[in-house]
This record gives sequence, C-alpha cells and structure tokens, in this order.
Amino acid sequence: MTRALINVPKTAKRGDVIEIRAMIAHPMETGYRMGPNGVAIPRNIIKRFACAYDGAEVFAADFFPAMSANPFVAFSTVATSSGTLTFSWTDDAGNTETATAEIAVG
Amino acid sequence: MNGLRALIVCGAALAGTALAGEIPSTERRSGAAFMAPETQAMQADDSENPGMLWVLQGERLWSEPAGSSGKSCASCHGEASASMRGVAARYPASDVAAGGTIDLAGRIALCQRDKQGAPEPARESDELLALTAFVGHQSRGLPVAPPDDPRLASSRANGKRLFEARMGQLDLACASCHDDNWDKKLGGSAITQAHPTAYPLYRLEWQALGSLQRRMRNCMIGVRAEPFAYGAPEFVDIEAYLMSRAAGLPVETPGVRP
Repeated sequence: MTRALINVPKTAKRGDVIEIRAMIAHPMETGYRMGPNGVAIPRNIIKRFACAYDGAEVFAADFFPAMSANPFVAFSTVATSSGTLTFSWTDDAGNTETATAEIAVG
Repeated sequence: MNGLRALIVCGAALAGTALAGEIPSTERRSGAAFMAPETQAMQADDSENPGMLWVLQGERLWSEPAGSSGKSCASCHGEASASMRGVAARYPASDVAAGGTIDLAGRIALCQRDKQGAPEPARESDELLALTAFVGHQSRGLPVAPPDDPRLASSRANGKRLFEARMGQLDLACASCHDDNWDKKLGGSAITQAHPTAYPLYRLEWQALGSLQRRMRNCMIGVRAEPFAYGAPEFVDIEAYLMSRAAGLPVETPGVRP
C-alpha cells in the first residue's frame, strides 16, 4: 500500500513560482545493516524520484543510501498551465510508486 | 583534600536534586517545548510531519472491511472525525470486559478481535500504529482529560509506584530524570517531563512511528533494567498515571521527536 503525502497549491497565477512537497513511506534500507540473525539486510532504497508537469519532467533526483527513511523532498517550479503533476518513486526492487496532484492556473 | 571537598559538594548537590518531587501544575509543558524550532516546525506542518503517513494509512484501514464479520471500523463507528473526537484524550480507560485498565492501542486490537473477527494485530505493527495514530489524530488540540473513574485509581497508584521505583543496574527511577532533572540535559538531549501527549509519535532516531511502550522500553534498557513486554499491564498503569499528570495539555498525535 503506497503512502505518499503530496503538497501542491490548488491554484496559482501563470508565471508564479510554486513550492511542491512530496513525502513517501519507504524503509530506505542501506544494505549496510545486519538483521538479528547476523545476516545482511539487502539494500532497498528509492533510487530515483521524478516529477512530471503535464508529461514534461520538471524535477528529478537520484537518491543514495545516506537518505533517511520516508524521504521528504521540497522543490519549486513555475506554474505554466492547469494540469496534472505526476510524482514517481523507483526503488531497488524495481517497484515504481506514483501519485498525482492537480493544479489550476489562472 | 580538594578532591574530597569536590566529592562532598557533589554529594550535597545530588541530595538537593533528589528532593525535587512532582512537577507543579503551572510548570507542566509538553515534550515539544524542549525541541529545536526546526523539529517543532516539522511537527506543526502536516505536509512535513512524517507521522501523517501513518495517519493516512489509518484512514484507509478505518473504512476497509476486515475479519470474518466483514465489517470495517466505520461500519460501527461511522465518521471518525465525529465519533473518535476526544477519545484519545480520555485513554487509558477502564474496560470491564477486558478485565481492567486498557490503553487505546489495546482497545483497538480488542475491537478487531472481538467485533471484526480479525486476528488481533501485534503491538508495534504498522497497522495497529496507523489506526492508533488515526484515532489519536482526531483529538489533536483537545486537552488531555483523564476520566474521573474510581476504577482507574488503583492503576494510577500502581503507575506512580512504578514511576518512582528504582530499577536496573543503574538503579534509576523514571522520576530520577523526569521529575528531578527535567530542565537539564542527558547525553546532549533534553530531559522532558514525561507527558505522553503526542503518541504514537515519529521519532527521527527511529525513522518510524512508535508507541509510548516502545519509548518506555528504550528508557528501561537505558537504565539496564529488563523491560516489560509489549502490552504488559505495568505499562498501561504507568500510562494511566502519566496521563493524569498531563491533564490539560493538548493532544499532539502524531508528534515528532528528535
């Protein structure tokens, strides 16, 4: 079950710089830890986070094992038109979680 | 000689702090008041507070049918924002069917077992923490209001006794830090007044949501005592006592702590 918290302004004026916040529940297992039985816990982190604004990628980041669990990302972009922001998180297991948010630009 | 004098002064200082006793009601404040402004801001802003991820999960679980009854929490309780408002501020409460005092997580687990016919969720499982956080969240901002129920008196008294009992190899009681030295630091961290107003809470050190019992087990391990098991009546008694001390402070669930 995906648990993601997205914060995008519902409305904006064309040309406004808008702040976007995205947080997802993920263990971000580094691969450097041992389990209780002394066996290494395999690495499982989100490798890539990307945000597309009406299909065009406006922000992307590569993550590394130093990121904490439940990574939180805040960034800004320019409000160009009404549309959908699509967020995607891809982890080592190859799973991609997505979330969307709508923005109305006047 | 100087060394001896230093020892005597040190001894006198320790004797002085040992007499501090319970915190006067006018000086009671939440653990959040001891945090850095950045951590306070993280707790206050729902888009930054990682505990909200569990509240989100709890909101979904609330309306999902579970167990042999095919009922969800919502089937009986309806809209949580109305039916669960203020509930967390009243727990732990007395429950005759459960045979004594029960905490909120225990109450939810029993409801799942008896009313939904689902397997009783394990303590500290994501599902139970999520539901407890979601129910607790409905009371956010309301003052802690321990019920005026004579059946809770023995629990509170036992909780107070345990809170003040020295334990472990370090021979420390909860009260040694949280009553006598709450305005000081331990290993660089603030010693708070032990008001459980924000549980379950997201601890940055854990990188996860955790219950008051997990926090108390940490402290017991810290003083090198054998911690009580999850769900132990001793923990519920301590919580009942601590909530009676915290009366009037606002519920913060889900809190954030360093």
